[in-house]
Amino acid sequence: MNSPSAQFVTSRRIGVYDPIHQIGMWGENFKSNSNLNASASLIVEDVKLDSQSQDASHGTEGPSNQYDQEATKPTDKVQRRLAQNREAARKSRLRKKAYVQQLETSRLKLIQLEQELERARQQGLYIGGGLDAGHLGFSGTVNSGITTFEMEYGHWMEEQNRQICDLRNALNAHITDIELRMLVESGMNHYFELFRMKATATKADVFYMMSGMWKTSAERFFLWIGGVRPSQLLKVLGPQLNPMTKQQSLDVLNLEHSCQQAEDALSQGMERLQQTLADTVAAGQLSEGSCNRQMTNAMEKLEALRTFVGQADHVRKETLQQMLHILTIRQAARGLLALGEYFQRLRALSSLWATRPREPA
Amino acid sequence: MDKVTRLVSEKGIVIFSKSSCCMCYAVIILFKELGVKPLVHEIDEDPEGREIEKALMRLGCNAPVPAVFIGGTLVGSTNEVMSLHLKGSLTPLLQPYKSP
Repeated sequence: MNSPSAQFVTSRRIGVYDPIHQIGMWGENFKSNSNLNASASLIVEDVKLDSQSQDASHGTEGPSNQYDQEATKPTDKVQRRLAQNREAARKSRLRKKAYVQQLETSRLKLIQLEQELERARQQGLYIGGGLDAGHLGFSGTVNSGITTFEMEYGHWMEEQNRQICDLRNALNAHITDIELRMLVESGMNHYFELFRMKATATKADVFYMMSGMWKTSAERFFLWIGGVRPSQLLKVLGPQLNPMTKQQSLDVLNLEHSCQQAEDALSQGMERLQQTLADTVAAGQLSEGSCNRQMTNAMEKLEALRTFVGQADHVRKETLQQMLHILTIRQAARGLLALGEYFQRLRALSSLWATRPREPA
Repeated sequence: MDKVTRLVSEKGIVIFSKSSCCMCYAVIILFKELGVKPLVHEIDEDPEGREIEKALMRLGCNAPVPAVFIGGTLVGSTNEVMSLHLKGSLTPLLQPYKSP
């Protein structure tokens, strides 16, 4: 967007009617919109149009000057001014036309984007988080770490759906344990991949992670420190594992117990974090740019939030890994399928909810 | 560091913490839930806190706090404690120190 401005400057003519100023009027809205590159080049052409037509008008002034030689000098100036007026008005109309055309194009593009968004939402994939003010930084710039995460999550979800299908088919087809093991390991690695993605995204914007913005609405209802409750994972897996040996039942029970304790401890830590942050904010005179101690304290608290999200993901990961150790391959496969289908249904629920018939206002 | 060595031999379960650290609080809560009473040393309230912090980092801790010692041996930070507990290995370690 910068080069057109440079060209404005070089072709600038100092005259009574300043075409640059008028371009500015039509171009005001373009500054914040990086998509309208087409419009920028159109403006440049308008400027070139300016230079050419001004030369032309200078040319036509010649003969009229000669014609008006006997006329009084004020008339001469008036004629010239009128001609420039007409010229400026004509150019202004042209620019207005161009501007309106660009508005129309943008409007169409916006409608198209909204349609794509709606389609994606209905497929249960929430991409809308990126447009939320929450993840635009204070300067209004889009957080590329989050944009990357959302894009990668889209791919992750596609792969997840594929894997769930494969698992379902495999279990129905009664394949060998060796082949099943490969599917289970892929499934587990796929979840670990998600945790890696989340770790990177947490560095970019911890509040985005805490709000679960990449998830569908029903998934967000169950949000706990940037994801699923580890205990919830076990509750979904549990019924799928029967029949179990005595030792397995005991191990699963112990894991459920430990998991709950870990979850409770982290929950209490989070509550404390909230409380101390609230106290810090209430106590001091926090103002943007202020470097007083309370502001520093508050900022440290927010840093601690990142640790909690990381630790919550660590507990999720360890819980899944422990389950894998306890179970046979077939049980693990059934468990992973159940887990995958559970979240698919939750996402489907979100779509259903989003498209339910609204009550009349 | 002498002070660290002395402190960790004083009691079976020693947790180095900072009063402002909420993750330390979470770990302490977990231990209490497991039926033990760890000795909690708030290094931000210790005049030698800086030295202790450096010593803990030298022992291999990524973050100085929380640092958990059981029976004089460094167990680790939150990550290690959580992993051990989910594996079921933490409770046996704490058994000798449980309050009756």
